[in-house]
Order: sequence, then structure tokens, then C-alpha cells
Amino acid sequence: MSLEHLTLLQQLMVVLAAVVLFTSFVLLEQARLVAAIHAFAWQGVLVALVTVIVAASGRHTHLFFSAALTLGLKALLIPWMLHRLVRRLELDRHSEPLRRPALVIMAALALVIFSYWLVLPIVQQELIFTRNIVAVSLAVVLIGLLMMVIRTQAVAQVLGFMSMENGLFLAAVSATGGMPLMVELGVAFDVLVAAVLFGVFFFQIRASIDSLDVDRMNRLTERVDEQ
Amino acid sequence: MSGAVFVTVFTPLAGALLLVWIRNRNRAGWLNVMVSASTFAAALALALEVARREVVAGGGFRVDAFNVYLLVLTAFVGMTTSIFSRPYMQYVCATGKTSARGMRLYHVMFQLFIFTMLLALATDNLGILWVAVEGATLTTVLLVSLYRTPEAIEAAWKYFILCGVGIALALFGTVVLYFAAQHVIDEPAAGLSWSTLHAVAPQLEPSIMSLAFVFLLVGYGTKVGLVPLHQWLPDAHSEGPTPMSAVLSGLLLNVALYAIVRLKMLVDGALAATDTPYLAGQLLMGFGLASFLVAGLFLHRQRDIKRMFSYSSIEHMGLMTFAFGMGGPLATFAALLHMLVHSLTKSAIFVTVGHAAHIAGTQSIEHIRGLIRTQPIVGWGLLIGVAAIAGFPPFGIFTSEFLLLSATMQSQPWFTVALLVGLAVAFAGLFRHLHPMVYGVVPAGQQPVPANMIPVMVHLGLVLWLGVSIPVFLAHWLDRATGLISGGHLL
Repeated sequence: MSLEHLTLLQQLMVVLAAVVLFTSFVLLEQARLVAAIHAFAWQGVLVALVTVIVAASGRHTHLFFSAALTLGLKALLIPWMLHRLVRRLELDRHSEPLRRPALVIMAALALVIFSYWLVLPIVQQELIFTRNIVAVSLAVVLIGLLMMVIRTQAVAQVLGFMSMENGLFLAAVSATGGMPLMVELGVAFDVLVAAVLFGVFFFQIRASIDSLDVDRMNRLTERVDEQ
Repeated sequence: MSGAVFVTVFTPLAGALLLVWIRNRNRAGWLNVMVSASTFAAALALALEVARREVVAGGGFRVDAFNVYLLVLTAFVGMTTSIFSRPYMQYVCATGKTSARGMRLYHVMFQLFIFTMLLALATDNLGILWVAVEGATLTTVLLVSLYRTPEAIEAAWKYFILCGVGIALALFGTVVLYFAAQHVIDEPAAGLSWSTLHAVAPQLEPSIMSLAFVFLLVGYGTKVGLVPLHQWLPDAHSEGPTPMSAVLSGLLLNVALYAIVRLKMLVDGALAATDTPYLAGQLLMGFGLASFLVAGLFLHRQRDIKRMFSYSSIEHMGLMTFAFGMGGPLATFAALLHMLVHSLTKSAIFVTVGHAAHIAGTQSIEHIRGLIRTQPIVGWGLLIGVAAIAGFPPFGIFTSEFLLLSATMQSQPWFTVALLVGLAVAFAGLFRHLHPMVYGVVPAGQQPVPANMIPVMVHLGLVLWLGVSIPVFLAHWLDRATGLISGGHLL
């Protein structure tokens, strides 16, 4: 595709979307929890910025509100909550390097390519510009999923979950100009409640297995067990 | 605009807000029953209105013959479960498994859960549907970990993470659907309204709709417990308090399947003119059959009684998914009837199992023995309930499974073999565990417990009634829903 055919605002959006994808990779590889929370907060800021640009570029004025909501929730409130939890759980110094970083990055790259392939039907419908951003948001969703699979630490899994939400929001904003306001409020409320509940669970898990490494939770399986 | 919809949907929410303030356990239990009963009364009034006017719409809600029957069913099972849970949870609290705070949490979350399900059923907006289904996860996840055992916390975490991921994919599907709608509908805010989309379904872009449907199926399919997305279900259903197991198995799975069927109706409309018009149905048939067969096999190796019945739920949901996928009036009618009788039977079974576990002091199948001698009513309840769920003739599940087999014979004869084998495997799986539990040698010192078996008798009585003769009004009601979904009538 040729960038010069896009307006300046659109070019800016593509760049921002690319940076969002980049923060996803940072999240995926980041061994230190606190740094990962910061990367997640920056991702929230970038998504909010994309939302502002879509709002400024025309018809969707209610997106200013969504942008404020995203900034407040994803860039400030949830990172702050997670930060506080990590401090209270005394995990500030916790770091957990990936076992096979190269392999993980390759998998994430494959997911990005897969996303581009998957959104092909959308290309026939819409500008090449939308396709890029939708593909990037799907990639952010899938990388979030990958992160939840490979990380065994509960807080890191939650970060993966929340970054999936970021990808979903980016898709909604860029492909459709945002969902109807009622729906967006509902989704934001669900995310907030989920964040609070995750906090509750961190303490319950730690009380139960004395660690937040969820790989140690393995009592419920389908083995024919050895009692 | 209709008041009945608002009253039905928002009574549980109001009840939950009230229950937050009530510290007295006994009073909270009674209030819980009263709120559930008034919800059921409102749902009945709504059903009468829908019977008169075909469709009740307004204020973002839209209730037709299909969802009103699920609304009444949800309100009814909610009511009977609350009646059962009042003494049951007091017993649990007295044994020290949970605290007074836990009880308050339980009552509030029970009503909130009913609220999210009624909202998901009644809303016309696919976005709100998503919000409500996610809300149903959030309200139940703390209840799954209510007893704070390591197993319960593990089950709750798994439930939270797997359903959260699944439902996130469903949201992506919803966004893609909304994207497709924007090319057809001028008013952007109406782009998620199911009725608007259904009216313009043939104009929706087929390739985008298929993409959306795959995401939506995986997302909501996680909540239905379709294999291979079912991993959370046996854990969450077996570790939570028994009343929760009853409503999760009996109601939540239905609501998720309801969402899939609604979306299938849109996709079928969009794909009708392409060369793959049955894509959605075929996907449902594949997932449904896989769930049915795999869950039937898993029944054999269970050691925990609630886990076993969770697998039985997966099996039955698979059967319904298969039937909805096959389409056609007969299969759709069978699936609707099956939803009804399965909910009633499965919640009755979970109630009975709760008592059985209290008698034995454990959920392990090996240690539950001789129920019929220790406490005949629980033993008989379990025996009759399992006979009903396995599809024995006088009960309603036999009727719906028979209709489904006839429909399969008619349109996809080869699948009949798979279905019959699956039914036999599941039957054997249930009965090999059931027999010793009911008739085995009574362990020394096993005592009866205070049991409230009235809900069980009412449910099983209804299932028996539906098996012997489906009342005319209900048959017409289901037939109207069948007409909405499959476009053809049976009666």
C-alpha cells in the first residue's frame, strides 16, 4: 500500500496503531512485572490517542468521551490498581524471564501475519487503511491471548487479558467508529469489575498456594488419578 | 413500550441492591425467595402479553416467542433454586464452610446473576447481550470460589480466564458484525439491533459475516461448554455451592446457546444466496456432535458426582447445538423442547446431589453409598432424575430426543448411528455410577440430613408431564418459536 494516498491524520493513525502493536510485543517479552504494567499503561495512552484522532477526523463526536474513558480506565486507573496490588503482594522485584524468547517472538509474528490474512474479506469492502488497523488490532488481541498462554504468573496473565481488551477497543474504534455509547459503557464497566475481581483473586490464590504461579494450581485435572 | 419487560428484568437488580443491606441471614434467605417469586410472576405476565401481541418491543428490549419461553424458564428455575437454597445455604453456613459475609455475597450475586441472564435474553442489542453474558461470568466467579478451598479457587481462576478469553473473542466477532452492518444501515446506532439486522440480513456481506460468526461461535461456545472449549465447565460447576451448579448448568448454558442461535439466524440470512448457505449450521453440527460424543465418554471416568453431571450437561448442550445446527422445523422444535426439559431435570438433579453430598459428607462417588436406605426421598430423587436425564421413556427428555432422532433420520440419516451410540455410551456412563450410589451398602453411621425436595418433585413432575403429554398451549408456543428460528411450522 502507498502511504502518500492517505491523509495526514490517517497516516498518524497507522503509525500509532503500529506503536500499539509494538507495545504488545514489549508486554510479551517484559520479564519485570512493574515494567510490564508501565508498558500496558502506555498501550492504553496510545489507544486513547487513536480514539481522539478518529473523533477529530469527523462524524464520531461521542468518541471524545470514549477516549477520555479509555485514558482514565486503561492508562490510569487499572495500571494504578495493578501497581498497588503488586506492591501489596511484594512482587515489585519479581521478574520471570521467558523460557524461549525467540520462539515466542516468532509465534507472535506468525499471529500478526495470520491476522492480516484473516481480515482479507474486509479489504474488499473498505479502504486499505482500515484493513491495516483492523489487522493490527486483531494481532494485539491474539498476542494478548498468547501472553495468557505462555505466562504462568497471575498478574502477567491479567495484563494479557487487559491488552486483549485494548485490541478489541482499537478494532471497534478504527473499523466502525466506535460501538454505540451504551455498549461501550457496558464493556468499560465489565472491564472495571473484572479488574477488581482479579485483585480479589490474587489474594485468594496466594492464600491458597502461597504463590501467584498459576501453574502450581493443578488439582483439577482429568487424569485417572493415583489415589 | 411494555412495563412487564422492565419489571421482569429489573426486579432481580432491585432485589440485589436490597440484599446488600441485609445482614440477617434468615431474612436475606426469605427475601431472596420473594424477589425470585416476583420475578417469576412478572415473567408470566410478560408471557401473556407476548401471547397476545406476538412481539413486545421498546426501550431496547424485544421479546418474542423464542426468548419469552427462556425468560419464563429462567425465572422459574431461579425461583425454585432460591427456595432450595434458603435452607441449604443455612446448613452450609452452620457447618462452617462459609462465613456470614460469604452468605451475603451469595444472595446478592445470585440475584445479580439472574439479572444478567434475563437482560441477555430480553435485550435486542447484540452489544448489550455481550455485556450481559460477560456480566454473568463476573457475578458467578466469586461464588465458585466461595468455599475458599484450593480446588475452588483453582476452578474459579480457570473459569474466569477461559470464559474471559472466550468472551473477548465474541466481542471481536460483534465488532466485525457491526462493521458489516454499517455498510447496510444508515443509522449507526441501530447497527447492533438484532431486529434491524435480521430485517436486512440478506444484504449483509457474506464473507465478513462468516468471519464474525466464527469468532462469535468460539466466544459464546466457550460459555456453552462446547468441546474443546469446555475445560472450565466441570471444574466451575463442581466446586461452587450446589445452588450455583443448578443455575449454571440449567440456565447459563441455555443463555449462551440462545445467543448463538440468534446469531445463526443473521448469518443464515446473509449466506442464503452464496454457495455455502449452511456454513453456520454445519459448524454447529460439528461442534455439537463432538461435544456430545466426547462428554459421553468422559462420564465413565468421573470420580466426583457433580463433575459427572457437569459432563452430562456438556453432552446435552452438544445435542441441542447439533439439533439447532441441523435446522428444519422438527429438529428446531426438538432442540427447544430439549432446552426446557434439560434445564428442569438438570437443576433438579443438582439439588438432589447437593443433599446426597451432605448425607455422605463428600462429593466423591466412591463414598456416596446406599442413599435409598439412608434417606429414601433423596435416593429416589436421584434415581428418577438420572432416569429422566438418560432419556427413559415416560419423561420429557425421551420425547425431545426421539423427535431429534426422527429429524436426523429424515435429513442426515448417517448421523443417527452416531447419536444412538452416543446415547448408549452416556446411558452406561451414568448408570454404572448411579447404581451403587443408590443401592450400595450403607456405610456405618450415615445419617439423613434436613432435605427440601419440593423443588425436585415439582421439576421432575413437570418433566414427566411434558413427556406424557405436552399441553396444547405450550406446543403452540414452542411451535411459534420454531417458526421464528427455522421459518417452518410443525403443527
